Amino acid sequence: MNKQSRFILAVLAFGYAFLYIPLVSVVVYSFNDSKLATVWGGFSTRWYGELLRNDQVLDAAFLSLRIAATSATFATILGTMAGLVLVRFGRFKGRTLFSGMITSPLVMPEVITGLSLLLFFVSLQGLIGWPSQRGFSTIAIAHTTFSMAFVAVIIQSRLAAMDESLEEAAMDLGGHPMRVVFDITLPLIAPAMVAGWLLAFTLSLDDLVIASFVSGPGSSTLPMYIFSKVKLGVTPDINALASLFILIVVVGLIIAWMTMRKTQAR
Amino acid sequence: MATARRPDRTWRRVTVAIPYLWLFVFFLLPFAIILKISLADPIVAQPPFTPTFDAQGALSVTLDNFLFLLTDKLYALTYLKSVLLAGAATVLCLILGFPMAYGIARAQPAARSLLLLLIVLPFWISFLLRVYAWMGLLNNYGAINNALMWLGVIDQPIQMMYTDFAIFIGLTYSYLPFMVLPLYATLERMDLDLIEAAQDLGASRTRAFWDVTWPLARAGVIAGCLLVFIPAMGEYVIPYLLGGPESLLIGRVLFDEFFVNRDWPLASSVAIVLLLLLVVPIVMLQRSQTSEAETTA
Repeated sequence: MNKQSRFILAVLAFGYAFLYIPLVSVVVYSFNDSKLATVWGGFSTRWYGELLRNDQVLDAAFLSLRIAATSATFATILGTMAGLVLVRFGRFKGRTLFSGMITSPLVMPEVITGLSLLLFFVSLQGLIGWPSQRGFSTIAIAHTTFSMAFVAVIIQSRLAAMDESLEEAAMDLGGHPMRVVFDITLPLIAPAMVAGWLLAFTLSLDDLVIASFVSGPGSSTLPMYIFSKVKLGVTPDINALASLFILIVVVGLIIAWMTMRKTQAR
Repeated sequence: MATARRPDRTWRRVTVAIPYLWLFVFFLLPFAIILKISLADPIVAQPPFTPTFDAQGALSVTLDNFLFLLTDKLYALTYLKSVLLAGAATVLCLILGFPMAYGIARAQPAARSLLLLLIVLPFWISFLLRVYAWMGLLNNYGAINNALMWLGVIDQPIQMMYTDFAIFIGLTYSYLPFMVLPLYATLERMDLDLIEAAQDLGASRTRAFWDVTWPLARAGVIAGCLLVFIPAMGEYVIPYLLGGPESLLIGRVLFDEFFVNRDWPLASSVAIVLLLLLVVPIVMLQRSQTSEAETTA
């Protein structure tokens, strides 16, 4: 079936243009020499230079990366356990509540998650004195909680598609269930765990709303910094920052795509 | 046997208990707290709401916040507007996303993976920056107005930024991939012989679409619509950056009620009402996904 109707081709072209024109325009304007972001003033790379000399951006980016790496690691551990429990452990008391708590964060509006966690941290502080201040740890906990759900879903679908016979054989041969998991199951689902970690990492880097709720004074993540600037309008240095983001993602995906094609070809 | 079983059980218990406890503490408990605070009165203190039990230990709760939300016109309109805008964006996503998913599913295998990659790619670029990109386009002196004026279609820039139209475009743009992916998944599995059979039996192309393709794609349509509608309802960034000061969507109202007015009980009630509005679509989505998992298994 190669002949596509003209209508379908037209919508496809329009749809992709709709998705990509905004991104292309940001990249083009990032090379605009003019301080007025909407008036073209000639080609220049000065905004990239200013970006790299801006300490606020670098600090915020560093904080975001630290939070993303920490929360992605915890989310992968917890999410993998949750996925294992849901697919391999059969029935147990409280299973319905457990699977409900796993799937709800996936669809919960961010404002609700953010508000509930902030109110929780404030109450906790009143009760036990911790967290004495909000920042790195509270944002990392919040991000772990919502991204572990995404990891659990990835692990769940991988485990469900996987043949159980290897694990059963190891168990029949007298392997301790914990060893079976570490020696057989985990190596088999390692690619899914990597995918889950990467997704959790991006989700954390991308989050503005939840972080705005649970962070405290003095700790702005990169999205919080960007938001505080773009609230006031279009600025050339944010154009440059956005273009760097786009560049990193495009290069990363091209590499991933090429390695995937190579492994498929083999 | 009994000795061999014991470590087995402990291991199971620990594996269940750790994620269970985490979610219980950091997901379920916070909801209980929202509910508790939504039943309190705001006061000027730290924390800014009345305790659930007063000094005598008597239960002190109030439904004032919910009554206020129900009787205040502004809030009713805000909820209604959120539903309408999220609904309109969902419909546009479907109109645009269905033919796109169909086209991708019917493309040559080599082109297909590239087309899919291009749908997924924006996901990896910061959501905030993608919304920001539209600020540059929709501006009075932005690319769209400049292009239209250069073409001579208009002589005055059209005000697009800070309107509901801008929010509508922003929502559609941001959530279009959520529509295309589940639609693609169902359309790709569909047996094309069925459509051919329908046409061989004399059905017109339109008829074949509505009688064969559409019913078979229903699961994908439902999942896609809900995946767009649910997050669009609670959206904060898009109405803030693209909408005007009057474009109050519920996500933004909640945020402002909390951070600007510091009315924690009211903000909590706004969250609970939003959640109640979303319970039906969320349960529908989970149903459709479990039935999907069963049919594939």
